[in-house]
Amino acid sequence: MENPPIIEMKGIRKGFPGIVANDDITITLQKGEVLALLGENGAGKSTLMSILFGLYRPDRGTISIKGKEVQISSPTQANDMGIGMVHQHFKLVHNFTITENIVLGLEPRKGLGMDLESASKRIKQLSEHYGLNVDPDEKIEDVSVGMQQRVEILKMLYRDAEVLIFDEPTAVLTPQEIQDLMKIMKNMIDEGKSIILITHKLKEIKAIADRCTVIRRGKLIGTVDVADTSTEAMAEMMVGREVSFTVDKEDREVDKKVLEIQGLNVINRRGVMGVKDFWLDVYGGEILGLAGVDGNGQTELVEALTGLTRVESGKILINGKDVTHSNIRERIESGLAHIPEDRQKRGLVLDYSVEDNFILENYGDDRFNTYGFMNRGAIRENSEAIILDFDVRAGQGSDTPARSLSGGNQQKAIVGREISHNPDLLIAVQPTRGLDVGSIEYIHKRLIEQRDSGKAVLLVSLELDEILDLSDRIAVISHGELIGLVNADEIDENEAGLMMAGVAKGSKS
Amino acid sequence: MKLKLPHMHRTMTVHLIAVFLGLAAGAVFMISTGNNPFAGYAYLFKGALMNYERIGNTLATATPLIFTGLSVAFAFNTGLFNIGASGQLLAGGLCATAVGLTVVLPKPLLLLLMLLAAIVGGGLWGFIPGFLKALFNVHEVVATIMMNWIAYWVVNYTVPAYFKGEFLETESRKIPDIASLRVPWLTELLDGSYLNLGFFIAIFVSLVIWVILKKTVLGYELKAAGFNRHAAEYAGMKVNRNIVLSMTIAGALAGIGGLSLYAGYAVNIQIGILPNQGFDGIAVSLLGANSPIGVLFTALFFGILHSGKGFMNAMTEIPPEIGETIIAILIYFAATKILIERFLDKMNTRFVNRISVQTGEVIEKGGN
Repeated sequence: MENPPIIEMKGIRKGFPGIVANDDITITLQKGEVLALLGENGAGKSTLMSILFGLYRPDRGTISIKGKEVQISSPTQANDMGIGMVHQHFKLVHNFTITENIVLGLEPRKGLGMDLESASKRIKQLSEHYGLNVDPDEKIEDVSVGMQQRVEILKMLYRDAEVLIFDEPTAVLTPQEIQDLMKIMKNMIDEGKSIILITHKLKEIKAIADRCTVIRRGKLIGTVDVADTSTEAMAEMMVGREVSFTVDKEDREVDKKVLEIQGLNVINRRGVMGVKDFWLDVYGGEILGLAGVDGNGQTELVEALTGLTRVESGKILINGKDVTHSNIRERIESGLAHIPEDRQKRGLVLDYSVEDNFILENYGDDRFNTYGFMNRGAIRENSEAIILDFDVRAGQGSDTPARSLSGGNQQKAIVGREISHNPDLLIAVQPTRGLDVGSIEYIHKRLIEQRDSGKAVLLVSLELDEILDLSDRIAVISHGELIGLVNADEIDENEAGLMMAGVAKGSKS
Repeated sequence: MKLKLPHMHRTMTVHLIAVFLGLAAGAVFMISTGNNPFAGYAYLFKGALMNYERIGNTLATATPLIFTGLSVAFAFNTGLFNIGASGQLLAGGLCATAVGLTVVLPKPLLLLLMLLAAIVGGGLWGFIPGFLKALFNVHEVVATIMMNWIAYWVVNYTVPAYFKGEFLETESRKIPDIASLRVPWLTELLDGSYLNLGFFIAIFVSLVIWVILKKTVLGYELKAAGFNRHAAEYAGMKVNRNIVLSMTIAGALAGIGGLSLYAGYAVNIQIGILPNQGFDGIAVSLLGANSPIGVLFTALFFGILHSGKGFMNAMTEIPPEIGETIIAILIYFAATKILIERFLDKMNTRFVNRISVQTGEVIEKGGN
């Protein structure tokens, strides 16, 4: 190497009680490149980056910046050395302006007051320079999630960071915002910055990264050049076995109508019509994918279908039975199951054990309820069966608190619980959000099994790929209205993208 | 069960450390007022436990605290903060006293009827905030504080108007022996202490609440709403009904505490007092980790502090306020138990790390 790498972490080891999160890991980052850090949830990526950012101290190993060995013991110190991190969960003050958020911690002074004007000017310059398109005077609460992320990026640029660490940056973005982010990253590379990208989305690595370091279960698997490595090969390195990307799905005739949505109108929390005159039927034996940009009425529609929100007008029928005004329990009993969008908020009681979470909806059934007492034997049996059937990996089995499961296993637990009710209609909302490829593959397989056994699946997802891969028919929602309904094989990504933006396709099919 | 033990063990360790720190801080106060803390604590515990009568009085002092502690803990387990145990205690006590003073029945039946009245009175005082929360989303902290004052003024009006004492306007008539939870054999056994049937009801009720929370479907449902209301809604539980039910039960528990206070520990009900036991119940619940069994033991400990402090004051120069101060400090330490937990974790991590690094090195050397 002509130049010493801008960052070199050598032989890093970090243990926590019971596990070794990083075991002898070495990574190097050259100036002006994007290094992807790839690994499943819980592989040790975040620990490694926390060490680089000064949040943890390694048990062993060294960190060098531009060839000089350094000790980093706090994020402030990391900032001073030119390392900046864009966290997955933004750390912003919502009722402050963008400028105020960015200068937080190094407020420019003018006499006794603050000199926000010059700061605002500099932010504007930076924003134009990198194509971020940020208005420094807007308040955080008024801007979109994508914009908030740019504020986080600007925060780092404002502090003259040379190395930017992005922790799963696309998890919260819409497809368009992802494209914009990719552009911004390219601009930064052109300006001589270096980037470490933590992710498990192979498509993004292919699109932007130069090299990719793969970590599995705390151990370094290898570093590859992205240009000469196939996504399949990288996936295999990450998971440790071959992964299939194509979803195997045989054609099948649909059965009877399971869900009928007739002229549904729903008012959302802001008091406006979130879902407008929505008509849709879902049949047994099909997966109907509902595509759309985030915030276009999907949440309102799902909440209305599941009974979490009141319906303004219109009708919902499950198996021909009108459930428009039924409560949640009655809908569950009519054959509805729901994999919720936010698994930690809705899907699980994190302080309950895994086995107690498995009976969240049917704890009152005769088999779990003996004269008002919990039938622990049956609850355990139920739990062991789901754990086995859905490959939920829990350290202490049924007794494990749901909180201590990894994200992928929490999701598998929910999917397992919902499918174990043998529902006629499964509403799966973002069922694979934030999961690693291994878990995604598994959950997709289970959704298709539902379809193959003649059940109806309504799949709501922001990942267009997921919709295109799994669905038999695709419905597109925009501004709360059904903008199109097509067979999956009659549409490609571009057309779907256009429809998601609100442009209807020729005519409804 | 094997896996739950270390957790319980840990909670207990943390709370014992809180108690120890509280006592240590009390010792510092004693030293700073120029007294010997060892003598002080010796007299404090002697005052609470030195003979049968004092032990009995300590238990009798602890009894209402067990009920208010259970009341707060039960509500807390279901995600509600019951600040209204004082008012519920008053309401329950007033209803029980009213029955005791007016109804003529054989003792067992009369006591049963008074118990029922206490449950109804306290329960009503819990039901109203629960109902307001479920229907109009009125925060239970605000509603229960208001209910405290409503109970206070209801007692202020009712007692002089209907149950005026023989000599004093400010308290009710003394309840007849037949309507008291005190029973002769117990009083004689413990050399004339105040200990009464209320204490045994308290132990029984603690066990019942423990069973409800741990073993029953009702407890499962109530706790689910407490841990995560959104998930409980998602699962189709009737969250609003559970809020009302939970507050009613909490109120009823404090109501029985009123029975034990005014018809067991005391013999009448005074006006112009918002009983402290309700607020102490919050501390008892907190220090008892919101578990019924923890509440039982914490209330006993509080009973010792309350009933021993007089003796300590009599025998030394230590002001009785030290007892209250210790309780206050205990609450601080219990409230900051997260700090203690963190400290324990840190010690633990260091220990494990040292071992794993050591063994790691051994393996490496072996490999070379």
